[in-house]
Amino acid sequence: MFKIDPSRLDVAREFKAKPFGEHSPELQYVLNYMRTRVTPDFHVLVMTEPGKRWVLAHMPTGGGVPRMTNQSFDKLEDAEWHVFKLRWKDITGQDLPID
Amino acid sequence: MTKIMGYADRLSLQPGETVGIMASCIGADRFRAEIVRLLNPNAGMGASEYREVAIETPANATYKAREQKIHAGSFGVVPEKWALRGIESFTLQAYVWPTTPKKGARALMGNWAEPGTGFGLALDDKGAAEIRIGGFRLSSGVPMLERRWYLVAASFDAKSGQVKLWQEPIYDKTFHAERPVAVEGKAKASVADKGAPFLFAAWRAGESKTPTGWGRLLTKGHFNGRIDRPRLARIALDRAQIQALASGMLPSGVEEKVLGVWDFSKDISGERITDLSPNRLDGEVVNLPTRASPGHNWTGAEMNWTKAPEQYGAIHFHDDDISDAKWQPDFSFTVPKDATSGFYAAKLVADEAYFYVPFFVRPTRGTVKAKIAFLASTATYTVYANNRSRFVRMLTELYQGRLSMMDNVDILQFEFPEMGVSTYDRHTDGSGVSISSRLRPVTNWKPHGRLWNYCCDLFIVDWLEHTGLGYDVITDHDLHAEGQDLLRPYNVVITGSHPEYWSLEMLDALDGYQRQGGRHMYMGGNGFYWRIAFHPTNPNIIEVRRSEDGVRAWDARVGEYYHQFTGEYGGLWRRQGRAPQVPTGVGFISQGFDACSYYRRTDQSRDPRVAFMFEGVTDEILGDFGVLQGGAAGLEIDCADFSLGTPPHALVVAKSENHSNTYILVAEEINIGHGALDAVQNAAIHADLTFFETPSGGAVFSTGSIAYAGSLPINGFDNNIAKLTTNVLKRFVDDKPFPMPR
Ligand SMILES: [Fe+2]
Repeated sequence: MFKIDPSRLDVAREFKAKPFGEHSPELQYVLNYMRTRVTPDFHVLVMTEPGKRWVLAHMPTGGGVPRMTNQSFDKLEDAEWHVFKLRWKDITGQDLPID
Repeated sequence: MTKIMGYADRLSLQPGETVGIMASCIGADRFRAEIVRLLNPNAGMGASEYREVAIETPANATYKAREQKIHAGSFGVVPEKWALRGIESFTLQAYVWPTTPKKGARALMGNWAEPGTGFGLALDDKGAAEIRIGGFRLSSGVPMLERRWYLVAASFDAKSGQVKLWQEPIYDKTFHAERPVAVEGKAKASVADKGAPFLFAAWRAGESKTPTGWGRLLTKGHFNGRIDRPRLARIALDRAQIQALASGMLPSGVEEKVLGVWDFSKDISGERITDLSPNRLDGEVVNLPTRASPGHNWTGAEMNWTKAPEQYGAIHFHDDDISDAKWQPDFSFTVPKDATSGFYAAKLVADEAYFYVPFFVRPTRGTVKAKIAFLASTATYTVYANNRSRFVRMLTELYQGRLSMMDNVDILQFEFPEMGVSTYDRHTDGSGVSISSRLRPVTNWKPHGRLWNYCCDLFIVDWLEHTGLGYDVITDHDLHAEGQDLLRPYNVVITGSHPEYWSLEMLDALDGYQRQGGRHMYMGGNGFYWRIAFHPTNPNIIEVRRSEDGVRAWDARVGEYYHQFTGEYGGLWRRQGRAPQVPTGVGFISQGFDACSYYRRTDQSRDPRVAFMFEGVTDEILGDFGVLQGGAAGLEIDCADFSLGTPPHALVVAKSENHSNTYILVAEEINIGHGALDAVQNAAIHADLTFFETPSGGAVFSTGSIAYAGSLPINGFDNNIAKLTTNVLKRFVDDKPFPMPR
């Protein structure tokens, strides 16, 4: 089974540069790994201003009222990168040394 | 926090007609309502600035706020009748198929009421069959298993106080260790409960001050699962007599003691339930449980309930079924005689909370105000109403390639789960939701939030407004009811960004229109995909059985492929000889939701037949921009397929390319799974911008992409997509016939 290799910072950099659109096979595997994990809740975005502002929230798996965080974004790309870093740390136990 | 929500009692209105608006508002004393015409979506960057036009009407006012509740959960009910009075001894029995036996106590049948009157069969809090007589309870003590058939029966002899209860698994070819259970007890209780209705799948829990699904009756203990062949007798029958009654015969010698012999295989398409006994204890189902469900005796040899109704004698009840919230109107709006046809809404505002209640204004029947009609995909909107599934698992992010997004109105669905879900969801017991009603607050018909369906179609409205050519708005519901005559007066009919769900009546009407010279612009992707059935008498309610194949949120169980409302076979139109390629030239090939792409012109675009389309369009790359993820080609995309019915003379004038990893080949194109199913590797995945002529001077233009609509407004409608599309519209409006190529 595929596992995330925490030394592959190139893959993380690729995601940061282009979170949407065509990904390398390595990056796609990393994303699939992150997105197929079974967790009690998962990250979602709550749009507070149409097309302008999104607040990060935790959604209970199976449904429920989302719990808002105080983290908000005005670009979807920034939200994706923020969550990617959280998941990288959660899975590999290591902080991503990339801003 | 203040909450507000509502719905309309009508969907499509003619000038002079009146719509009632029902609202529920919590946390404020008053709310404000305003009737608006919507001109575009509130889409943020790149889109036109959001605008809605207030309509001058006395309906625009401040109203007293009140909470209106929704009473979800389906059940069957027989009104109180003479034969049901004065019961002392009794037998209750049915075949049952529980789906959530571990989810706490649930009702099966009887007139038992909280806190403890009457009598009834139930599941106890462990999922074991239980008999209740007033405050007395006797359980089999053995939890039933999920999705297995049992004969459950109980008898009570009032004289001796003897109570018997049977719970017997039905042989079904599986291997298991279950054994029949029979228990006995003594009850001193009296069953006397005068004037009570007799219920299936719920027990009574008092009266409401306001209307509920059935009168003002409040119900609880909603059963998840199936009930087949329920029976009631006013005597304690023995086991042999119960068997005779279960198989449909009246036990000899005590025929007159049998009160109810219900046959749920009668009137499957409607809400009536029928008692075959001379007492005629007929009743109805409330909140539309799923009928046409295989019963305890389904053999697998017949898949069509209309051919073997005796094997479809089960009703599948769900504790989250909802067919009509039954709210009271707070105010009404009468469409002015000179009203412009369009997308309208009652905008409800209380404090910082707001909620749009959409409806449509069409021209007076038999008249038109324009040569162009926009067909609002109201069937598809209904089927999608309160789509919850996309928020409840990370699976959505996996196939969309981006974080799931919601707004405050979407969250209402989780705060008030009783408003029910969509046919993209599963019921609380895991079974697929096949019925959707719009007679309840709907959180995803709004000009904001996810740019999808209703909201996305407003991009097309915005563009139509910009062209100044004039258009009427008509709806799927009008088309289903009126057929081809609705379309005939128009030179052009435009279908929306995602007209996915079609009844046979709708599809025939469009086919007839196209055959008689009508012009069709299909401005979307994954259209004309699923077959649907409208409720026989209430068009606000639509059914979809997701059979066989296709990209689907759930798969219908085998034996449940035929719609209960019409008896029609469910599933993809492609699997019924009418692939989307036939009416439009293109059909669903892939979906992805992380990034959209562009089209590249083809050699076929130089054909003089399509010269009109490219006047003033010099770019080779079309639509490499857009509000919807940056491109005109994407989200859900369609391509031509001559083997599925794309007309041989169709021209593919542009083809999309460069789609991302999340674009996967649709399920119906995959017979053997392999590792090259995404667009990065699989060349089959692309959208085809397609044109063809039809007999009688008509023509069809298809974009084959949901995202296309989001490219129209870029740069103030000054871009190659808007230019090309407007060229098509202008030519299609022109009476001059299109000659069929030889
Ligand atoms: Fe869809």
